[in-house]
Amino acid sequence: MSNHLLEVKKLSKYFPIKGGLFKRKVGDVKAVDQVSFYVKKGETFGLVGESGCGKSTTGRTLLRLMEPTDGQILFNGVDLATLKGETLRKARRDLQMVFQDPYASLNPQMTVEQLIEEPLNIHNIGEKVDRKDRVLQIMDTVGLNKNFGGRYPHEFSGGQRQRIGIARALALQPKLIVADEPVSALDVSIQSQVVNLMEDLQQEFGLAYVFIAHDLSVVRHISDRVGVMYLGRMAEIAPKGELYTKPAHPYTQALLSAVPVPNPRLKRERIILKGDVPSPANPPQGCAFHPRCPKAFDRCKVERPEMIHLGSEHYVACHLYD
Amino acid sequence: MKVSVELGNKKHLKKEEKHVSPFQLGFQRFLQNKMAFVGLIVLSIIVLLTVASPWLTTHNPELTDLTSQDLPPSGEHFLGTDSMGYDIYSRLVTGGRVSLVVGFCTMFFTVVIGITFGSIAGYFGGKVDSLMMRFTDLMLNFPFLVFVLFLISIFEKTTVPLLITALALTSWPTTTRLVRGIFLSLREMEYVQSAKAVGNKNFRIIFRHMMPNAIAPIIVNATLLMAQMISIEAALSFLGFGIPDPTPAWGGMLNDGMDYTVMTEKPWQWIPAGVLIVFTVLSINFIGDGLRDAFDTKSTRR
Repeated sequence: MSNHLLEVKKLSKYFPIKGGLFKRKVGDVKAVDQVSFYVKKGETFGLVGESGCGKSTTGRTLLRLMEPTDGQILFNGVDLATLKGETLRKARRDLQMVFQDPYASLNPQMTVEQLIEEPLNIHNIGEKVDRKDRVLQIMDTVGLNKNFGGRYPHEFSGGQRQRIGIARALALQPKLIVADEPVSALDVSIQSQVVNLMEDLQQEFGLAYVFIAHDLSVVRHISDRVGVMYLGRMAEIAPKGELYTKPAHPYTQALLSAVPVPNPRLKRERIILKGDVPSPANPPQGCAFHPRCPKAFDRCKVERPEMIHLGSEHYVACHLYD
Repeated sequence: MKVSVELGNKKHLKKEEKHVSPFQLGFQRFLQNKMAFVGLIVLSIIVLLTVASPWLTTHNPELTDLTSQDLPPSGEHFLGTDSMGYDIYSRLVTGGRVSLVVGFCTMFFTVVIGITFGSIAGYFGGKVDSLMMRFTDLMLNFPFLVFVLFLISIFEKTTVPLLITALALTSWPTTTRLVRGIFLSLREMEYVQSAKAVGNKNFRIIFRHMMPNAIAPIIVNATLLMAQMISIEAALSFLGFGIPDPTPAWGGMLNDGMDYTVMTEKPWQWIPAGVLIVFTVLSINFIGDGLRDAFDTKSTRR
């Protein structure tokens, strides 16, 4: 337990639905519904799932960019969910975020230098004179030309901007970086550069990542362990090798069967899911996946499955394994 | 090989010399806008005339000369005199002060109130927002003219500060709503989230990260607001609620044209003031439109 850098316990984030004449609460969108997982020091925890399954919301709630409705976020033993004001602001130093859209995540009115230096100024790191050197050093680390410091974000390409975003997150030397689909907005050729950069940085600084993505192959490349989310709930958590070879949850199996394989002769069975993802405002009773699950049985319709330990850090929320 | 490297470096250096911020880019676009540029020149001339009025006047603009009433333009009185014996040219040059000072100061205070209220309401949202917005709605529905007339009538004499206060107190809600709207949309931008994640304090997020990105539409609004305030001041003076004589004001000079004989037979008494008001308001509006085109957020984003 002690090497768990981050431990999330039953984290929930509900968005109220307001309706009627007086904006009364008429329901909740359960974007994140009792999600639990942990991240160890220096490892990459991949978080996958389809659009709208709550993975980004989970990421943002971890940094308290959104207020969690319920649950605990234990970071180094401190519950971030209860922190307020100054303590929270200071706690954010160890926890940084890389955003999805490199075109929207950098303040267009600030130069690269200002963007990277800002976190250092805010948290008063180092002497003022040294900060400029530090900025140059970080720029070098993430592979940005040192002469570009005076430029504005609109003068860069997507990949370079994402490097700036990473540099900004890196400036505080955090222990954990939440990367919210950091490469999905980039060209495939640039994706690998950025992913490799992130891997190099991880080795250099001993970072832990929560890597949110919908691209299973990218997650497979970078992650140590992977969590699969469906409709705001965690379906399965497993070490990378196990998840990709022996997926336990029917949803994971379906998801993996949809990954294209670059061998046309290889015969595979694709599991095609019926129907659409139900609305998180009105999730199905019992297991959220049961209406689309090819292996569902009666129990799935009434009882919500708990996480079941399958051995060696492999957890699955499915009645089939009970 | 060496040559190409050097060339590459030079090219590279050249590029580095001109990194312009989106704001500067917008300003460059603004200067390329012909209408706006003409507006800027016309406005500059009017402002210069007004500022330099003490040296340009030929007669004391606040002194009547009962021996020379209703004189047509001549060498002595460039634009003639009015029924009270004021020298119209001198009053015209000086009269811009009231219009411009009222227009500018009202705009300034309105924008200050608007930015303060709007940014707080928009950034914090929730209960703070609804409370402030209900108050704003209340003020927005306040009958503007009645309030101004009321304020002006309870004081013995209309002064410039009083006029500015009355106008600013009634015009801030629109600006506040605008600023709030901008801040509400900016709040969801990823770079604002990023600023939060990095550990910025609320105050700094508002002023360092959101304000520079909100300022362009606010400036556009402020410019148009100033034009509006100048015409409102002129209208109030025209109706007789403006700065009283002997202080010269364009709107008040226009008032003389209400007289039928003056309107038809002595056009020199009212046409110049009307033309100046129109020119001032038009040029400011052109500047505002130019700024809007130049700082259009969609073109500055990339």
